[in-house]
Parts: sequence; structure tokens; C-alpha cells
Amino acid sequence: MSTDAAMAGDAIDAALARRRLRVLVLFLLLGAGVVIVSVLSIGTGALALAPSRVVAVLRAVLTGAVPEEMARDALVVVGIRLPRTLLGLLVGAALAVSGALMQGLFRNPLADPGLAGVSSGAALFAAGMIVLGERLVAVTGPLPFVTLPMAAFGGALLTTFTLYRIATRAGRTSVATLLLAGVALGALAGALTGVLTFLSDDRQLRDLTFWSLGSLGGATWAKTATVAPAILPVLAAVPFLARGLNALALGEAEAFHLGIAVERLKQVAILLVAIAVGASVAVSGIIGFVGIVVPHLLRLAIGPDHRVLLPASALLGGMLLVLSDMLARTLVQPAELPIGIVTAAIGAPFFLWLLLAGRRSLAL
Amino acid sequence: MTAVVTATGISLEAAGRTILAPTDLALAAGELTVVIGPNGAGKSTLLRVLAAEVAPASGTVVYGETPVAAMPPWRLAAKRAVLPQSAQLAFPFTVAEVVRLGLDGAGNAAERMDMMRRALAAADVAHLAGRNYQTLSGGEQQRVQFARVLGQLMVGGRREKHLALFLDEPVASLDLRHQLGLLEHARRLAGEGVAVLAILHDLNLAAAYGDRLVVMKAGAVFADGSPETVLTDALLRDVFDVRLSVGAVPATPFVLPRPSAGGAA
Repeated sequence: MSTDAAMAGDAIDAALARRRLRVLVLFLLLGAGVVIVSVLSIGTGALALAPSRVVAVLRAVLTGAVPEEMARDALVVVGIRLPRTLLGLLVGAALAVSGALMQGLFRNPLADPGLAGVSSGAALFAAGMIVLGERLVAVTGPLPFVTLPMAAFGGALLTTFTLYRIATRAGRTSVATLLLAGVALGALAGALTGVLTFLSDDRQLRDLTFWSLGSLGGATWAKTATVAPAILPVLAAVPFLARGLNALALGEAEAFHLGIAVERLKQVAILLVAIAVGASVAVSGIIGFVGIVVPHLLRLAIGPDHRVLLPASALLGGMLLVLSDMLARTLVQPAELPIGIVTAAIGAPFFLWLLLAGRRSLAL
Repeated sequence: MTAVVTATGISLEAAGRTILAPTDLALAAGELTVVIGPNGAGKSTLLRVLAAEVAPASGTVVYGETPVAAMPPWRLAAKRAVLPQSAQLAFPFTVAEVVRLGLDGAGNAAERMDMMRRALAAADVAHLAGRNYQTLSGGEQQRVQFARVLGQLMVGGRREKHLALFLDEPVASLDLRHQLGLLEHARRLAGEGVAVLAILHDLNLAAAYGDRLVVMKAGAVFADGSPETVLTDALLRDVFDVRLSVGAVPATPFVLPRPSAGGAA
């Protein structure tokens, strides 16, 4: 018995060492991927720049000494491409981490802020602010720029909370109820957003279309600077939830037995999802499927441990969204596809495959 | 004997129905208490209240000197562990990862590894360490959960002098060998000073392993004492509504579990 245990122990040691190596390689690959995709993204557009040129321009800008012949490229890179790429990284990270958080919270790999109507709720409130905000201005005077993200955040929080209350009975969250309630809430938010389109003028209508399809177009340093203080703290806070979410995979009672303050964990997770999704929707509209595809790919590659899954989701989410944005910008040049169409075109078939592959194991 | 867990006047109601009548119960260090009773008698409710998972409508549960209401979850986790009836996992964690969940706060990595090995071996699941928990049979899953619970007790033992272990129908899905193995281990833990409470349906196992039997009926403790004093024909008839005779040997062949000689060794 004791020699058996020792042999098994050695096997476990070896397995753990292999796993540590795999995690290390994964993060190195993801880090390199984020850098490469970012450089490519900055180089892509009407003014095409080779990766070496992009690196040279960025270095020149950082050192503050931009030679005359680089001035035009530097203007494009710093003024247009860089904020858009950074915004893509932030929004992609926020959406993927929100997906992983919701899946951990609902104890189900199919939960996603887009599918569950959270993004629609955020978009509804943002649309309400666009259309009705100007009437408010007449009463209150000019509204600060942060009002729009705050409205989206409020919508995301309200939807996530409602969803949780509907789908959870006696500490158990029903998957079927969750997805159906998400569809219903999403449809309701969509219908109300539709009502708002009747009340809107032409310019507002263009803005509303942008919300419903999602786009990183119109990214500015101001937008990036508005969402960064919302998304970066979420990304920093998320690792502290990893242990609790791992325990929660056993069930709420079991997590409590293991010493997790379950109610607090759930409240914090809901709040973080609402902040991240609200901020994302405020600057880029509804971008679906990032939150479901990214964590799932990572679980296949490295397993479900949230201590690895959450930070890796941030990196892969940012990378994939910047990649999708490159496709959105180049597929129908010189026009631009809404990025939500690109992520849906890739993500929806993936989601269907996920349903078919997991039909037996998932209690649907 | 030292009382590890002391419940005074605990009761619980749900939807106007009494599911636990006011009850006093103390779990002593070194004692293996077995709770028996028909379905719906309130056994699991009693366990949940004692494990501080559910707050009683009235009465108090005290661990050592401290009321559980005054303890945060992480402090409770160092004082008691709970084996659930069954646990479905939401994601494909490996067996080692599941057991690892019980080992947070286990000092350094070497200590944690040592505890992991001992817990896996004690539950006879070391050979499954790398397997996906979701693909295991119900009995194997139950043994993995037992390993996780043992790990949690090892970690708790570093900080706390008195520990409690709650087992909710721990052997329901196990084969005979592992039923006996698990209960042997539970009794060994009791021998080391842990206060153990187990819910069992098999009266033979209850009599063989329990130092003390608590019989529940309709949300109240019906009888409480040593197996010899509690298990009588009259009690079985009154509580379980079956006609069984205790200690009589029927004419047909029968199997009785035989606890290892020498009691708690």
C-alpha cells in the first residue's frame, strides 16, 4: 500500500511538473501572440505598414524623437491605430474574462454575457442615454462623457442580477432557465431598443445601429482612457476570485464547507461582470461570442483551473478581438464590417459545435 | 470527553412545517456518532445545521467555545469538513485538482504534496489522480470527495486541536470493500480524536461502526445511545415501520460486515 502510494505520488509529481511547463508555455505563447497581433493590427489599413516599420515608428514615438520622414506614419499609428488596438485588447479581455466569470458563477460552460442578454441590457441603457439624453440635457445642462458608460454599466448590472435571480432556485442554477431567461431578457431589451429607434433622429439611428452590431471604429484615446480605469481594475481583481470559483464548481454548499464566503463571491463576480461588460458595450457596442469561445478553447488546452483560466482568457480574448477587428477592417475594403458580425460568424458555428459535442454531458 | 460541537435547542421550519424539532446534541472528540432514521426524518437537516451550513431558526451551535454564527467560513473550514451525498462537478477538473481544493492553506508546496498523497491513498484513489473527475463512476467520485475531505481535515489539524467530520450517506454508492474501508478510516479518525457524525441507512454498518446511534423520526431525536441499547425490535417497528428482529439468525444465508478486531485500532 505504501509503495503503491509512493509510486502514485511520483506519477502525480511528474504530472504536476508537466502541467507547470504547459502553463508556462501557454502564457509565453499568449504573450507573444498579443504582441504579434497588435503589431500586425497597427500595420493594417489604407496606409499599410510592415511590422518592422511599425516597431520603428513606435520606438521613435516612445523616445520622443520622430524623424521627419516618419511623421505621417507616426500620426496614423499614434492617432488612429494604437488607440484602436489598445481598445480592442481591453474590450476583448473584458468580454472573455466576463464569460469565464459568468461560467464559473453559473457553474456552466455555456453562460456568456452576449447569449445571456447582459450585453443587450447594457446596450439598451446606452441607447436610452443616446436618444433620451439630449432631452435630459435641456433640463440638467451638459452631461459628462462618463454618463454613457455609467448607463451601460447600470443596464449590465440590472440584467445580470435579474438573470441570476430568475435562474437560481435554492442555491441551484438551472441551465435551461438561464439560457431561456437570457433569450427573453435579450429580446425584451432588443424590443425596447427598437422603440427607441422610433424616437431617434438620423444621427442617433446610426449610433444605435453601431450599438447593436458592435464596432471598434471611432476608437479614440478619449474612449480608451474612459474604459481603461473600469476594465483594468476588473482584470486586476479577477485572480482573487479564482480559488472561490474553483471551489464553487463543486456546488455552493461544498464551496462554503471549504471556507468560501459564497454570497460575497457571487456578489463580487456579478459586479465585476457588470463593470466589464458595461464598459465594453459603452465603447464598442454588442460583441458576441468572445466570452464563450475563449474560455472554452483554454479549458480544452489547459483545463478548468480558474487560477490559469482567468488571466489566460484576458490575453486570448484581447488577441482574438484585435484579430477579428483586422478582419472587419480588411474583408470589404474600403468599407468596414461591424466587428460583431465577424465574431458572430466565427463564434455561432463554434457554439453550435459545442452544443452538439456536449449534448450528452451538459444537462440541457 | 471533550465536546467538539454542541447544539442547544436547535430547530428549523420550512413553509410552516417543522423539519427539525428543538434538539440538544453534542458531538464528543473521539466518538463516531451514527444517525439513522427513515427518509424525511430530518437526518440531513440535522447534519447541515451542525455543520453550520444552515442557520437554525432557534437555538445555537457552538464549536469549542465559539458560536458558529460568529465564525467566518474560512475559520469553520479549519474546524470541520463535510462529505456530501454526491457532488457533480461543473467543469472537467482532474482528481488531483479536486483534492487540491481541500488543501489551500497547507503551508508550503511540499507539505501540500505530502497531504495530497496521503489523502489519495487513504481513499484508494491514488491511481485515478490524473483522471477527469466527470468520467469517473459514482462510487469513484464519492471516494475522490472523501480524499478531498480528508485533505481538508489534515490542513485543519495544523491549526485546530479539535476537528469534526460530517459524512452524509458516505457509503451509498460504494462497493462493499470500499464501504468498509471508508468506515474503517472514519473510525480511525475518531480514534485520533476527531468527532465524527455519519448518516447511514444500513443498520448493520451503523451497529458495527457507531459508538453511539442517534435515531431520528419526523424531525426529532427518537432515541440516542449505544447500539446495544438503541437497536431493539420495538424501536425498529416504531421508527422504520418494519418487522425485523434484532440479533436473531434467520434460516437463510446472510452476510454481516465484520469490523476489524480490536475496535478503534
